[in-house]
This record gives sequence, structure tokens and C-alpha cells, in this order.
Amino acid sequence: MTTITADDLKSLIALIAQAMTRERDRLCELDGAIGDADHGIAMELGFSAAAKATAELDPATADPTLVFNTAAKAFLNAVGASSGPLYATGLMRAGAAVKGKPSLTADDMVAAFAAIAKGIQDRGKAEVGEKTMVDAWTPAAAACQAAREQGMPLEECFSAALAAAEAGMLATKDMVATKGRSSRLGERALGHVDPGAASATVIVACFHGFFSSQP
Amino acid sequence: MKTKKLINDGAAAADEMLVGVLAAHPNHLRAIEGSPRSIVAKHGPRAGKVGLVIGGGSGHEPSFLGFVGKGLADAAAVGNVFASPPPDPIIECAKAVNNGAGVLFAYGNYAGDVMNFDMAAEMLTMDDIEVRTVLTTDDVASAPIDQRDRRRGVAGNVFVFKAAGAACDLMYSLDEVERVARWANDRTYTMGVALAPCSLPQTLKPNFQLGDDEMEIGMGIHGEPGVARGPLKPADQVTTELLDRILGEMQPKQGDRVAVLINSLGSTPLMELYIIMRKVKMTLDTLGVDIHLSLVGNYCTSLEMAGASITLMHLDDELQRLIDHPCDCAMFRSGEVL
Repeated sequence: MTTITADDLKSLIALIAQAMTRERDRLCELDGAIGDADHGIAMELGFSAAAKATAELDPATADPTLVFNTAAKAFLNAVGASSGPLYATGLMRAGAAVKGKPSLTADDMVAAFAAIAKGIQDRGKAEVGEKTMVDAWTPAAAACQAAREQGMPLEECFSAALAAAEAGMLATKDMVATKGRSSRLGERALGHVDPGAASATVIVACFHGFFSSQP
Repeated sequence: MKTKKLINDGAAAADEMLVGVLAAHPNHLRAIEGSPRSIVAKHGPRAGKVGLVIGGGSGHEPSFLGFVGKGLADAAAVGNVFASPPPDPIIECAKAVNNGAGVLFAYGNYAGDVMNFDMAAEMLTMDDIEVRTVLTTDDVASAPIDQRDRRRGVAGNVFVFKAAGAACDLMYSLDEVERVARWANDRTYTMGVALAPCSLPQTLKPNFQLGDDEMEIGMGIHGEPGVARGPLKPADQVTTELLDRILGEMQPKQGDRVAVLINSLGSTPLMELYIIMRKVKMTLDTLGVDIHLSLVGNYCTSLEMAGASITLMHLDDELQRLIDHPCDCAMFRSGEVL
């Protein structure tokens, strides 16, 4: 797949929304161990709203930036919470990264993916190692970019991203949180995967699945 | 096992509640056209007065929308259950209550609330509306005293909002309202205990597990784990345990005055709250600390969670005057309302 259209991005977001519906209860259970047990609800609500709003865009006029920005606004207005500003900022950054392009090349797609990770990190002011979604997003973006720089196709880029996200997610088990609901728990959060890192990994898996299934 | 709730649809619970709240309190509250999650006081905002905007997730009723009214908050932004409202309803609240003197945002210190209110504040600044923010951090259990700025805001919100709302009503400047709100927060301490979990309307599953004979000290109002879990003890022992932590930080002297709030987390009845109040009064009497005001009931709840929290606000003359200032809200009133 060398050209990614606005319609492709809409399909990708719909795929993420389906995955969040499927994973909702598991994410809530992970959150219940160290937080307030509603992370899966927020993610399902946010991506469902994003999928619905982007599906309603006029295919004749929607460009990739409009898809990202529409998804961002819909997610934020449906959710609030902490995932709202984080994903809204990430998606808006992706929109800004590909501004003016009627469709995306593989390089553009990787840049947009990295922009999501950077936006989340900037909004949440979190670093790797603080037991947040950044622990999955940041290594995933780095691995994706590194693979692309070696000339890998998108399928391979997102395969590398997924492996890095999964490793980052599992690493949160051994971290003490300093951000978000679980940050007041100190060492009592040890042994639990961060729910934000888990949902981030679900999203990266959707990117991987989407670009693997394309001819 | 599913929990039982009188709802229609978990996803619609917050919006359906708001329709009911507006139907019940038409003399106190109105919603903004096109922004149903922004609840504004009918009588309160006026020319030259600083606007006080509070807010947070729903599921804590009467927090936050119940404290909207003359003499207290001018508006509340309402989020989904246990989730911060997004920037849009916050912005609409601020615009509705801005009368040229600026707006104070006051809310509990949670990552999601901070990000959403901060985004709203950034956007309002672009519209030339001056916004200040005071985070409430009264939950003693949630971080050590030397990291007070990391603590959560819980039931003590009521006293902080009350003081700030009175300052707004008395036409203090934005600087002064902000100072008062910070001072009120610095002097307010809360400790809570949970006996049984709540469940979210969307999942109908308990959001944590606690044994039949267990309690958890310091649990958060969203079910965040607390500081100590152990066998359930008699009320007097639990009260002493909670109060000791508060008094250890507050260090009141003989003759000092406090405001007391005994708050139900949702399903704990008044009988048990008054039993706690009894022990609080006995303890403070022993120390020679005077209870100037006491509130007992549901103020900051966690759906149907069982348990209670104790809040003490260490009064001085200024805070006492502000706490005594009349207010008339949909779900709370005090003093002589003119």
C-alpha cells in the first residue's frame, strides 16, 4: 500500500473503535487494579465518537488532516477525562504533520504516527518510565521510524512498532507511577500493567493489522 | 455478578440526570443552550463579579453541580461518570459567568481535570478572558505532606468552593479570590474510609474488591486504592484513626476553631455519619478545639460506595466569615439568604 487516502484513515479509525469495544472490559479490569476502572469505557466512547464523526465526512472533500482533526475533536468532546486531551492532542498533531496533503505516502503515514506519540507525550508531560501510555507510544513511534528509515514497507514498520509497544506495555508492570490516578499508589502499583499503555498497544496493533491486510 | 441500579442506559445516565436536575431546580439552575453539560446559576453572576467555575466527573453528586448558586459557584462543567468534562463545556461555563472581572477555576487535582481545564483556560485566554486556577488537594491519604501539591481533591472541595464563592459574592478582586481559595485549600484536610465498592453505570461491576469484613483507609473517590486495608473496626476506632492523621498535620491549638464535614461516600446512612460526628466532637472537646460549623451528609459521593470521610477546615477570622456568608444552591444552602 503506497498511497493512503482519507478513506483509508477513516477505516483505520473504525477498526480501532471496534477493537476498543472488544477490549473494553479487559481495559476496565486493568484500570480497576490501580485506578478507577473506567479506562476501557473512555477509550470505547472516544474512538466510537471519532469513528462516527469521521464516517460522516464528505469523501469528496475530506483530506487526511480533516480526518485526524475531526477524530480529535469528536474524541475530546465525547470523553474529556485524561485520555480525551491526550488522544485529541495526538490526533491533531498527526493532522498538522500531514497538512495540505491530499493523500499520504508511507513516509507521511509514519510521520503522522510519530506525531500522535509526540502529541500525547507533550500534553501529558510524561516521560518513558513513568508508567503511562507513553511507555507504549514512544518506543512504538521510535521503532516505526527506525524501520522506515531502513526502507521497510509499512507492514514491517508497524510490526516493529507493535513489538516495541508490547515490550513497553509489559515493562510498565515493574514501574512506579508518577502520573495519573495510580501515581499516589507508589510501590503498590507494581506488578500491574498500566491500562493506558495497554490501550495504546491495542491501537498500535490496529495500525499493524490494517497495513498488514492491505495489498 | 451485576449490581442493581435504577437507570435506563448506563451511557445515558449523566445526561438523564442533568435533565432531572434542571427539572427539579429551575429557580437555581439553567443549562446553556447547545451546551447541556454546562450548568449555570440563575442568580449569582453579575457585573464586576469574579465568576467561579467548578466541575469534574459526575457520580459525585451533589458535587459539583449541587453547589452552583448565589454565594457559591457560578457554574459547573459536568463530565461523564468519574471523568473530567472536556474543554468545551468548561469554556461555555466561563463565558457565561465572565463579567469582566475574570474567572476562577476551582476543582480537584486529577490529571484529566487538570488537562481539560488547562486547555479550556488556554482557549479562553485567546478570547481575552482572564482565568486563574486553584486545585483542591485536601486528601491527606493521597500523598505525604511534603508533596501536598500532588494530593487529590475530595470532600474538602465543599469548604474551598464555599470560601471562594463567598469571596466572589463579596465582590473581591480576582487576585483576592484566588488568594482566599488557596488559603482555604491550605487549611483543609480530609481522610476517608471505604467499606464497599461502587459500580459504574456502564459496567454494573464493582470497581474494586473488598472482603466482607474489610475496610480500606484512604481510598479515593473513584475507587483508587488507599493507604491501608484491614478488618472493619468499630466507628470510634475508625474515626480516631482518620482524625489522628488530620490533626497530626493540622496541629490545632486549644481555642482554635474548625469547620467539620462528615461526608457519606454514597450509601453510608446518616445514622453512621452522626456516630462518627459524635466521636469527632468528643475528640475535639478534649483538645479544646471549637466546632464552629458542622455539615453531615452527602457532599462528595462515589455513586453507591459505602464509607465516609472526615474533613476539617482550620478556621481563622477570614475563613470563618467566608464560611458563614450566605449561599443558596440547588443542593446546599446556608446562612441568611437575602
